Amino acid sequence: MNSAMMRVKVQRYRPEQDDAPFMQEFEVPYADDMSIIDALHYIKDNLDGTLSYRWSCRMAICGSCGYMVNGVPKLGCKTFLRDYLNTGITVESLANFPIERDLVADIGDFVEKLEEIKPYIIRQDAVSVDDGEHLQTPAQLTRYRQYSLCINCGLCYAACPQYGLNNEFMGPAALTLLHRYNQDSRDQGRDERIDIVNAEEGVWGCTFVGYCSEVCPKGVDPASAIQQGKVESSTDFVMSKLRPRRPS
Amino acid sequence: MSKRKPYVKPMPANWFMANRFHTLYMLREGTSIFVGLYSLIMLWGLAALVKGEAAWNNWLGHMENPIYIGFHLIALVACLYHAITWFSLAPKAMHLQKGDQKISDKPVVVGHYIVFVIATIVILGFVAWGGAA
Amino acid sequence: MSKSGKTYHRADEPIFWGLFGAGGVVAAFATPALILITGILVPLGVLQLDYASVNAFASNWLGKIILLAVIAFPMWHACHRIFHAMHDLKIDTARGFFKLFWYGMAFVVSIAAGAYLIAI
Ligand code: SF4
Ligand code: FES
Repeated sequence: MNSAMMRVKVQRYRPEQDDAPFMQEFEVPYADDMSIIDALHYIKDNLDGTLSYRWSCRMAICGSCGYMVNGVPKLGCKTFLRDYLNTGITVESLANFPIERDLVADIGDFVEKLEEIKPYIIRQDAVSVDDGEHLQTPAQLTRYRQYSLCINCGLCYAACPQYGLNNEFMGPAALTLLHRYNQDSRDQGRDERIDIVNAEEGVWGCTFVGYCSEVCPKGVDPASAIQQGKVESSTDFVMSKLRPRRPS
Repeated sequence: MSKRKPYVKPMPANWFMANRFHTLYMLREGTSIFVGLYSLIMLWGLAALVKGEAAWNNWLGHMENPIYIGFHLIALVACLYHAITWFSLAPKAMHLQKGDQKISDKPVVVGHYIVFVIATIVILGFVAWGGAA
Repeated sequence: MSKSGKTYHRADEPIFWGLFGAGGVVAAFATPALILITGILVPLGVLQLDYASVNAFASNWLGKIILLAVIAFPMWHACHRIFHAMHDLKIDTARGFFKLFWYGMAFVVSIAAGAYLIAI
C-alpha cells in the first residue's frame, strides 16, 4: 500500500447550523506510520479547514486527543491507520460527554469531578518547611504509583456505562485519583474524602464493568482502585456502626 | 452571545449491544439469573428432603425431566462463565506488594483456579464415595 | 465538606455487596460442581443421592451450614446483580420497590432454607 488512499468517516457537529451530529467521509493518503490525528491534520489542512478537534503533545501524555475510534475510546495520537486496514475508520467525539463541536467533547463535568475529590496532599498536623521534606520509601511509593500515572484523558469515562447512565457518578479517573491520595503515605486527608467514597455517587455507583481499565492508555487500572475503594468503604461502614465517627 | 449548544447523544436501553466488551459484561451479569434459579431448585429439593423419602424421590424424578437437564446444562455453562470472570477480577480488590514491587494479578488468578479444581474434585468425590454416610 | 459544597450520603451498599461477594465466591467455586451433580450426573444415573445419605448429611450441623451457604449466598448474589442490571437496562421506575422486592426475595429464601434445615 504505497500511494493508496484510505476512507475516514468523521463526526461533524456545528452548533450554529446543525441540530444533530452527522458523519462526513474523507479520503486521506495512507502511510504505515500515520496516526488518527495525522489523518485529522491532513483533512483540516487539505480538505476541510472547519474541522475542529483537540490535540497537543502527539505523544500520549497531554490527554487531549481522546476520540471514539470505531466505537472504542482511543487516544488519536496513539492509534494508527494501519490497524484499521480491514475495518475502515470512524472517528467520533468521546462517548458519554456532550458534543461541543465536531470531535470536541465538553469534558467540564469530568474536570469538576477531579477537583471535587481534593486531589492534593492534605496534612492534619502543621509541619514547618524548615523541618524539611516529607520522606517516602520506594515501597510507600509503590502503593499508589500506578494510580498517579493518569493523564486525565477521559477515555475511561467514555468507556463507563455507569457514568453514561447517570453522570452523578464520580467515575473511574476521579475515584482513582481519590484512592491515589488516600494511599499516599504523606497524605492525611482520608477523612475529608471518605464521604465521597461511601456515597452512591462514589464507589457504589460502580458495577465493575471493567472497561475503564481495558481502554486506559496508561495502564492505570481504575477498576482496581474502585474495587479497593469498595473494600475501604465497607470497612468504614462496619467501623461506623461500632464506633460512630464524630461529626466533622 | 454564546454560540454554545452542546449536543447530548441519547443512550439507548440496548447500549451494551454496540460494544463487544459491554455485551460480555451484560452476559456476565445475566449468569446471575441461572445462579438464582438454581438456588430456588435446591431450596425445592431441601423442602422435599424435609417432607420425607417419597417427596425426595419425587424431586429427583423431576430432575430427570429433559427440560430440567437442559436447564442445568445451560446453567452449568453460565456458572462456569461466572467463575472465569470472577477469578479474573478477584485480584483487583487487593493491593499486594513484595518490598517495593507490586505483585502481578497472575499468581492470584492461578491460585483461584487451583482452589476451583480442588473444590470440584472434593465435592464430586464426596458424593461419589457416599461421604454423607 | 467537599469542594463543591455538595453533601454525600452514605450508601447502604456495603451490606448487599458483602452478601453479593460471598455469593459470588460460592457460585464460582461450589455451584458448578453442584449443578453437575444434582442437575446432570444424578439424573443421568452416574451418581446417586439417596434419601438416607442426604438426610444424614443435612442432620449434621456442618452439613446444615454448608447447605445454607450454597443455597442462600448465591441467591443474594443473583438478586443483587438483577437489581443493578435493571438500572443498566434503564428500568429505573420504582427503584425502592424493586430493591425491597429483590433483596426481600433473597431474605425469604435464606430464612426458608434455614427453617427447613432446623426442621431436619
Ligand atoms: S485513568 Fe486512564 S483512561 Fe482514565 S483519564 Fe486517566 S489515563 Fe485516561
Ligand atoms: S495529543 Fe497529547 S495525548 Fe494525544
